[in-house]
Amino acid sequence: MRIIDTLRPAFVLLVALALLTGIAFPLTMTGLAQVILPDQANGSLIREQGRVVGSALIGQSFTTPRYFNGRPSAAGKGYDAGSSAASNLAPTAAALVARVDADVSRIRASGVTTPTVPADLVTTSASGLDPDLSPEAAFIQVPRVATARGLSADGVRALVTRSIDHPLLGVVGEPRVNVLLLNRQLDRLSATRVP
Amino acid sequence: MTFQGWALIALFVAATAAMARPMGTWLFALYDGRVGRLARVERGLYRVAGIDPQRDQQWAGYAAAVLAFNLVGFLFLYAILRLQYYLPLNPQGFAGMPSGLAFNTAISFVTNTNWQNYGGETTLSQFAQMIGLMVQNFLSAATGIAVAFALIRGFAQRPTPDQAASGIGNFWVDVTRITLWLLLPASIVLTIVYVALGVPQTLAAAVDATTLEGARQTIALGPVASQLSIKMLGTNGGGFFNVNSAHPFENPGAVSNLIQMLSIFAIGAGLTWTFGKAVGNTRQGWAILSAMLVLFVLGVSLLYWADAAGNPILSAHGVSAALGNMEGKEVRFGIAASALFAAVTTSASCGAVIAMHDSLMPLAGITPLANMQVGEVVIGGVGAGFYGMMLFALLAVFVAGLMVGRTPEYVGKKIEAREVKLAMFAVAALPLLILGLTALASVVPAGLAGPLAKGPHGFSEILYAFSSAVANNGSAFGGLTGNTDFYNSLLAIGMFGGRFFVILPVLAIAGSLAGKRYVPEGAGSFPTTGLLWIGLLAAIVLIVGGLTFMPSLVLGPGAEQAALVAGTTF
Repeated sequence: MRIIDTLRPAFVLLVALALLTGIAFPLTMTGLAQVILPDQANGSLIREQGRVVGSALIGQSFTTPRYFNGRPSAAGKGYDAGSSAASNLAPTAAALVARVDADVSRIRASGVTTPTVPADLVTTSASGLDPDLSPEAAFIQVPRVATARGLSADGVRALVTRSIDHPLLGVVGEPRVNVLLLNRQLDRLSATRVP
Repeated sequence: MTFQGWALIALFVAATAAMARPMGTWLFALYDGRVGRLARVERGLYRVAGIDPQRDQQWAGYAAAVLAFNLVGFLFLYAILRLQYYLPLNPQGFAGMPSGLAFNTAISFVTNTNWQNYGGETTLSQFAQMIGLMVQNFLSAATGIAVAFALIRGFAQRPTPDQAASGIGNFWVDVTRITLWLLLPASIVLTIVYVALGVPQTLAAAVDATTLEGARQTIALGPVASQLSIKMLGTNGGGFFNVNSAHPFENPGAVSNLIQMLSIFAIGAGLTWTFGKAVGNTRQGWAILSAMLVLFVLGVSLLYWADAAGNPILSAHGVSAALGNMEGKEVRFGIAASALFAAVTTSASCGAVIAMHDSLMPLAGITPLANMQVGEVVIGGVGAGFYGMMLFALLAVFVAGLMVGRTPEYVGKKIEAREVKLAMFAVAALPLLILGLTALASVVPAGLAGPLAKGPHGFSEILYAFSSAVANNGSAFGGLTGNTDFYNSLLAIGMFGGRFFVILPVLAIAGSLAGKRYVPEGAGSFPTTGLLWIGLLAAIVLIVGGLTFMPSLVLGPGAEQAALVAGTTF
């Protein structure tokens, strides 16, 4: 058996299959997706008066008391959607405990008096772009947000309750609240209540 | 732990078992060459490539074809990574990859490992992602399935006494058919499903947004869905984005997550059925799948239990334990789905992640480590999991044969010294590589510079890296800084050895078995379909495959657990 007898099929098959799977496949899929599902194919973007304000799937940084704050983020300087990243800290890392301690104190200082703080609110997500909060982590922020906006706590709490996504068939998924969508609703609620 | 979490795990295991037969039937048609009119489409390609599709290769010829195809693929990918700056579709103007990183990455994708020492969205052009990495996502997967086909043929051949030698199929034909008629059509369907669920598919690299608080946010985009579909189906696992399937664009919700997990297991589960069908008794296939699922349930239960309890050190600082250990987890997945995914991705040689394994609780981290260390034979990588499990099956019938004092046989073939030696070579290569490389990295300064964590967890990070590389998994305890000359080289050696030191003995076994006469099952044969066999096989995997690693697991996760209980931090 000559070497060329083995290398020729290897080379020809590689080129042919590369053209098919590496060029024809993704480009055809892109064309098709852009035609039949343009909204999702382009990143589920949210536009406000023509301007892109974010993606419904990607978390963004909220730091003011007027908004529900998301989880801490390890992506860049926080929610850098061009550079996803996690903390990769071990459960026994001193750096993890120090960071969580600081966040717990900050949350306590904002007026939260429950005995414990929901875990998602003081831990970084896997992507650094987690768009969601657990319902508990949203509810705990209701008094602060309502005070900062001069809204009734009951009204804001009802808004959170309406915003909860429930698991499919009660099994697939976790109860969650999309923070960006919730905060947009919140802005609308404030806008309709302007004196 | 919640009822809902266990229900999800039960649902997943049931769905995996349910997929085996339909997927196995499809695979059997490809295995058997029953592709009907589709064969006409292949003909032109075979002519240009100089392939005679009727020719049956001996095992050495098959192995040479595997090596040649992988070598050419490696050179092609390496060139693209190095030259991406000069190639089209590079809107961000990324520079070529440095040589060490490109070497590591090319080996990584050719061996179906997809270990990533780079961040996708910050390093690679669309061109490199598509025609570089994605092509190997298809071809390395097809290679694994082809080798599994070859081994199945070894068992299934029924040579007549006057036949000179039996072949084990034609690698070129296998790879072509698997790519054209399984991986590609399935990926097309999955791509559309993923886009519908929110995964982007565009040639735009990024879009700028102004957030509600007025800050600027650059959102990376790309042809994510097409890469995602094959990344899961082919158990490749190389993410489009740095954080892989934890990225909301690479896995928008619980439904896309369930589909991803099922597609990781689909082909691996199907191959067990194909095997049973090929050897004329589908119960043989079900027995293999059952042993795999027993081991899977053991692993996922440990992982879920350990991670759902939360981190006691954080609980002592006022953090609620109700949600479990949420560091490095996404809210939309929670602990149950994250634990399930972590077990799935390391049982198979996928390596995609939705939660950061580095931040798992110490005992939870044992499951991914052990899954990889036994060689990913629990469903396993496409093809690789099946042929890996067959090695253990040979050892199991050998052990059973020793116990009852007769020549072992399996699905109608006598298992003799040559097969057992070859199987033992492959089974011993993995721990030698994993533990040898880990030991080296744990004593030299260049190795010790890698881990992010101090204390026992730092050792776990090194152990995980080499377990992952040698098992061709590709997931990581991500704290390890792997993009150094030291780790790029050693991990590449591990990935290469872990792939080909198994493939070559497997093909040699296939060749040896193919020439053996069929021995019908007799009254004295050890039955390889019942509960006794399933238990024996699972035990052999744990004892032969797993026990070797016990000391290393005690030094890493074990010591860290002791520290955790004592409240010690590092």
